[in-house]
Amino acid sequence: MATKYSDLTVKAYRRENGRVGVRNHVVILPVDDISNAACEAVANNIKGTLAIPHAYGRLQFGEDLDLHFRTIIGTGANPNVAAVVVIGIEPGWTQRVVDGIAATGKPVWGVSIEQKGDLETIRQASWKAKEFVHWASELQREDVPLSELWISTKCGESDTTTGLGSCPTVGNMYDKLIPEGIYGVFGETSEITGAEHICKARAINEEVGERWYKMWKAYQDEVIEAHKTDDLSESQPTKGNIEGGLTTIEEKALGNLEKIGKTSRYIDILQPAETPKSGPGLYFMDTSSAAAECVTLMAAAGYVIHTFPTGQGNVVGNPIVPVIKITANPRTVRTMSEHIDVDVSGILRREMTIDQAGDALIDMIVRTANGRNTAAEALGHREFSMTKLYRSA
Amino acid sequence: MSEIPHLLVHDHADNVGVVVVEGLTAGTDMLCCVTADNSTFRLTVRDDVPIGHKVALKDLKAGDTAIKYGEDIGRIVADVPKGGHVHTHNLKTKRW
Repeated sequence: MATKYSDLTVKAYRRENGRVGVRNHVVILPVDDISNAACEAVANNIKGTLAIPHAYGRLQFGEDLDLHFRTIIGTGANPNVAAVVVIGIEPGWTQRVVDGIAATGKPVWGVSIEQKGDLETIRQASWKAKEFVHWASELQREDVPLSELWISTKCGESDTTTGLGSCPTVGNMYDKLIPEGIYGVFGETSEITGAEHICKARAINEEVGERWYKMWKAYQDEVIEAHKTDDLSESQPTKGNIEGGLTTIEEKALGNLEKIGKTSRYIDILQPAETPKSGPGLYFMDTSSAAAECVTLMAAAGYVIHTFPTGQGNVVGNPIVPVIKITANPRTVRTMSEHIDVDVSGILRREMTIDQAGDALIDMIVRTANGRNTAAEALGHREFSMTKLYRSA
Repeated sequence: MSEIPHLLVHDHADNVGVVVVEGLTAGTDMLCCVTADNSTFRLTVRDDVPIGHKVALKDLKAGDTAIKYGEDIGRIVADVPKGGHVHTHNLKTKRW
């Protein structure tokens, strides 16, 4: 059924694999921690490029190594990225990342440091980066349906106003845009605790709900129960949550789940940084609840815009994905206005309905997709945090 | 609604509500709004309660379950009178 959202279009970049991006980054991507310096030097040499330094990539193994590659390759493959220069310490894993990104059809080139040194690596990579910048800067935005966007969500520095205002705003957006054909995703496995019965029931069918519950229970048993040294009362909820009036994990979880709205149902469950393969719709990704880690994983899965409800004022951003901040807390609007893109504090005063707030968010999504820099982008927030499953060999 | 509410309540089944104004002082006659249907009632708050924090809608006894969103959000561990501040000093999770 056609709605007033069906005809919305945005000006975006159509990539080689058909996906739609809303940014046009030329990324200088380290395979491992010790290649950060060379990547940052290249980004300093060639304006219009973006280095994404990170902390890991050596002596990882097994599932943790798989996740590392999925995150690095997924970041380079994201449609917000036009082209990629990959730098690693040795050629094997460097080529693995190059090949992974090349599957999208976008320009990618790799170089390794051993037998060369940083200076020669930087020289070669800078020439390639310059070529990519010239090419990417001539790409043009074109009209594409809003329904082709992949939009993720995760909330942070939650308080009781997030459950009343900013999370239902995101939920309302999903209820309106999921039927139009967008891809959505929510996650934060530890923060569902207390509302797991509700989350399980929001699956598209019983089979998916059972798989979700098994994943959540495994996290409880293998991570929380195995590693906790106290009752988690200072971690979940966080100190910031408690300051904002949230008392228990149950209360936090119920507010968090408002992000998936009233009618949306998740159709599949994703591993961290896994690209959805079941078509348009809402997905659950098994992620940490830490803001930068979660947004990094969703960006690596291919999501191009992130909607971030906050109460007390989380300031997180991402290097390649614009993060739209929404708050209903009037004190946060007053004290941290430079971080807020969508002010829905009118909901608390009963001057704004959830329906109006959802439309205000959709309007900001359209403007952001068209090129408006978010608060986090303007303030230079580029947090890129790898999720590590266990210690390296 | 001409007057701005002091307290919002998610669901009629709830026994706690959320303060949504700054600087609320003990003794204030609060306008309370149930967001499910925008119905209103009044309640006098007994403590100075910061924005975002919870207030008991009725007398709660240790061992009672706190209800918000119509759901269980934890166990009351110290008696709270109607209009009193509800937080970590008198409400605990049932989970960890």
